[in-house]
Amino acid sequence: MNTQGRKTHIDTLGVEGGNAASAAAGTISGNRALMLEEPLIFEQDSPGTTGVDLPEPPTFKPRLGKVRERGTIGLPGLSEPEVIRHYTRLSQKNFAIDSGLYPLGSCTMKHNPRLNEKLARLPGLSDIHPMQPERTVQGALELIDTLAHWLKTLTGMPAVAMSPAAGAHGELCGMAAIRAAIEDRDGSTSHRRRVLVPESAHGTNPATAAACGFTVDAIPADATGRVDLEALKAKLGDDVAAIMLTNPNTCGLFERDIIEIADAVHKAGAFFYCDGANFNAIVGRVRPADLGIDAMHINLHKTFSTPHGGGGPGSGPVVLSEALAKFVPLPYVVHGEDGFSLVESGEDDQANGKEFGRLKGFHGQMGMFVRALAYILSHGADGLRQVASDAVLNANYVMASLKDVMTASFEGPCMHEALFDDRFLKGTGVTTLDFAKAMIDEGYHPMTMYFPLVVHGAFLIEPTETESKQSLDAFIRVMRGLAERARSGDAEHFLGAPRMTPRRRLDETGAARKPVLRWVPEVSQAEAAE
Amino acid sequence: MRYLPLTEADRRSMLATIGVPSVDSLFRDVPEAARLSAPIEGLAPHAGEMEVERTIAAMAAKNISAGSVPSFLGAGAYRHHVPASVDHLIQRGEFLTSYTPYQPEVTQGTLQYLFEFQTQVALITGMDVANASLYDGATSCAEAVMMANRVTRRGKAVLSGGLHPHYRDVTLTNARFHGFEVVAAPADPEGEEDLLALIDDKTSCVVVQNPGFFGQVRDLTDLAAAVHAKGALLIVAVAEVVSLGLLTPPGEMGADIVVAEGQSIGNSLNFGGPYVGLFATRDKYVRHMPGRLTGQTVDAEGRRGWVLTLSTREQHIRREKATSNICTNSGLCALAFTIHMSLLGEEGFKRLARLNHAKAVQLADRLDGLKGVEVVSDSFFNEFTVRLKKPASKVVNKLAKHGILGGVPVSRLHPGDEALADLLLVTATETNTDADMEALAHGLKEALS
Repeated sequence: MNTQGRKTHIDTLGVEGGNAASAAAGTISGNRALMLEEPLIFEQDSPGTTGVDLPEPPTFKPRLGKVRERGTIGLPGLSEPEVIRHYTRLSQKNFAIDSGLYPLGSCTMKHNPRLNEKLARLPGLSDIHPMQPERTVQGALELIDTLAHWLKTLTGMPAVAMSPAAGAHGELCGMAAIRAAIEDRDGSTSHRRRVLVPESAHGTNPATAAACGFTVDAIPADATGRVDLEALKAKLGDDVAAIMLTNPNTCGLFERDIIEIADAVHKAGAFFYCDGANFNAIVGRVRPADLGIDAMHINLHKTFSTPHGGGGPGSGPVVLSEALAKFVPLPYVVHGEDGFSLVESGEDDQANGKEFGRLKGFHGQMGMFVRALAYILSHGADGLRQVASDAVLNANYVMASLKDVMTASFEGPCMHEALFDDRFLKGTGVTTLDFAKAMIDEGYHPMTMYFPLVVHGAFLIEPTETESKQSLDAFIRVMRGLAERARSGDAEHFLGAPRMTPRRRLDETGAARKPVLRWVPEVSQAEAAE
Repeated sequence: MRYLPLTEADRRSMLATIGVPSVDSLFRDVPEAARLSAPIEGLAPHAGEMEVERTIAAMAAKNISAGSVPSFLGAGAYRHHVPASVDHLIQRGEFLTSYTPYQPEVTQGTLQYLFEFQTQVALITGMDVANASLYDGATSCAEAVMMANRVTRRGKAVLSGGLHPHYRDVTLTNARFHGFEVVAAPADPEGEEDLLALIDDKTSCVVVQNPGFFGQVRDLTDLAAAVHAKGALLIVAVAEVVSLGLLTPPGEMGADIVVAEGQSIGNSLNFGGPYVGLFATRDKYVRHMPGRLTGQTVDAEGRRGWVLTLSTREQHIRREKATSNICTNSGLCALAFTIHMSLLGEEGFKRLARLNHAKAVQLADRLDGLKGVEVVSDSFFNEFTVRLKKPASKVVNKLAKHGILGGVPVSRLHPGDEALADLLLVTATETNTDADMEALAHGLKEALS
């Protein structure tokens, strides 16, 4: 979650905390054993070298019309061993789920099973072209249809749009469906353009509403960290198109009044969009259909464990209620007597005529579908229910084990993530950011910080169900130790952290003030300076 | 269940710490009517690796993989050889199981490869700056149009008839909901359209694809000048990024924004996704750009390092005023692109592009002599249009029955236009052998006889 735009404490880093690590290493190379300095690929150029042996093209007459062949591009030349070493070294500068607890709240950083990787790479799934004749890809269409079936079953919803490429893209799909349904019902001049979004929502919610031509109206949270039902009711009116609500919400709490909220929203003629980022907390235990929602995206890269990959690719199918079921994006899979086929255009005989258009190229994130289906089949009905149970148990265990030394923002129980704020750091001179950086030195990826915005200096901790009790106990011991250390007056320890990482705190303000967004050859740099 | 480490003893002890009798009591905030008391019906219980593999492998076996037969499909997705080391490296857990680099001190690996990716994309497109990727070429195209609307404060996009129909349709979807106007020129197989006639003083941008959907390659220099004279931006879409190893890049022809589908480099066909959208522009527009950006900076010891930057454009800071709603992008596909491009290097990338063009020329020459086949594209890169004497979709289905994936019928992407029904898009890449081409030629002869 968001940490950008926070002021770093670089200015406060004195010599004392500053050069200690590197100076202590005192190596000629600047390397520290396994921690290796690695220049950019562009700085390792051996002109003329390549890591791919391709045959020389035969002599032929180009058919490029009036277009000239290009000159020098500026790409560096390297052999295969050099490239492999370069990217292996870069990988070693990353924290990952494979290496440790990654409690990034709202991101569900759970274990990524390798079976799923293996299956996604079967040539019959990875080496098929999206425009092959449908008869030659019946298994692929069957796989999409099967995953769609389980997503509908797990949510209790009658329809699902499979093509969105990520969570935010799913939001776009769901809100487009809502707008299309409203225009179908009330006419295209409908003045239902207001969307209610809680203050605690993910930033993508208001951004998506705006991208769909809606205006955003914030609803406040009540003292328990949930939507203020009365405030919500007061805001409902005949200009409201929808509410966008995350449930469990971004404070890690279940919206107790959700059924009443859904009723009120529907009574006002509006739709209920649910942000399903936190579906992991309830999968197999609660069906969103039973809560009265109309649309919900499912981040396959969260609940269904497709790898986060350093920031994607994701996948965000959207389940839809009966009222929205026809307002889907193209394409979609249908099953007829002749097997599976794709409805790719509104002119298709099998189209329902209400489709709102296309959201991306081709048919959806097939590679993610394979992994998600493998995940669902591996867990089965019992395993998925256990996923939610253990995710919630782990988070509550962390909450119970830390609430006497840190300040929990709301009364529990929580769902799959535990929210603390920075009241416990009051007067210590240590901020949430400093605390997070000290966690890094202890071998942990920090939790989501400064989000949600409804509490001060948030710590949003999502351990997920794939952490053992031992792993949680070790984490708890560190968190308690750090909290005590902060309160004991040792602010210096935090302000100077992290000390043992490949890089220490980075100057984000400077990066934004004078953006350097690409490498330029030194020659050009020198020219620019003249 | 092999993925869940807690034992029953752990669970009991943890519940005692929490002070509740059961896990069910942790779900007490869920309205009682919505609580399921038993596992979801219909779904089987958990299964071992062998069973899951059997089920999914059976589905895979029902498909004809492109690599197992002569295959000539393109239309925005291309089959290229991906070096073995690419897939090996992207499966390193430190890349695969990491996330968006929110904590730069422990994600310098991701940040550095994204910086390299941005540089590579800027270099091959001939632009100043590129972002850290979007979902795919089609969504990048729509984002580019919305960016042009912001830059020019106008709201009308003109789309070439040579633009991939998916790029056009995604832009139209965004136009409908975001509220801007789109003028889409009709399909243009011969490359004869006059886009300038469609521009007026409300036009924010003109979007052209090069090579075009039907194959032609065009020098866009004059068009760029004319578009600029009207105060609009030129957006160039590249659906086959390998072409940039041979053709004058859009940046040198005057493009203001270049969007591309990056799948061809490093990524498998994957039945259409995940792919990777490339997005490049001029320095002066960088603050209008959508998507994540990695920037160079220094750490507290003055050493060079990388961070996500200019995030005040993005949704998690700007919320409803953000440049785009995008959050997760295509990180791992971008890594595959970067590694493959690094392996190719200047020599390899250019040779790959030449080889593709050479193969396509060879195939066009082979097919042009056949009865009932006419090559329509007078210029092309690795994909061209042929006119058949029968409906292309029928011919393609016949070829498939003989184990040949013979191309993409234009009617699949431009349905309902009778004039296009006989057109077939045919692609040749470095993966196609002489024997493949002979098979296609014979197959076509038979199908057309």
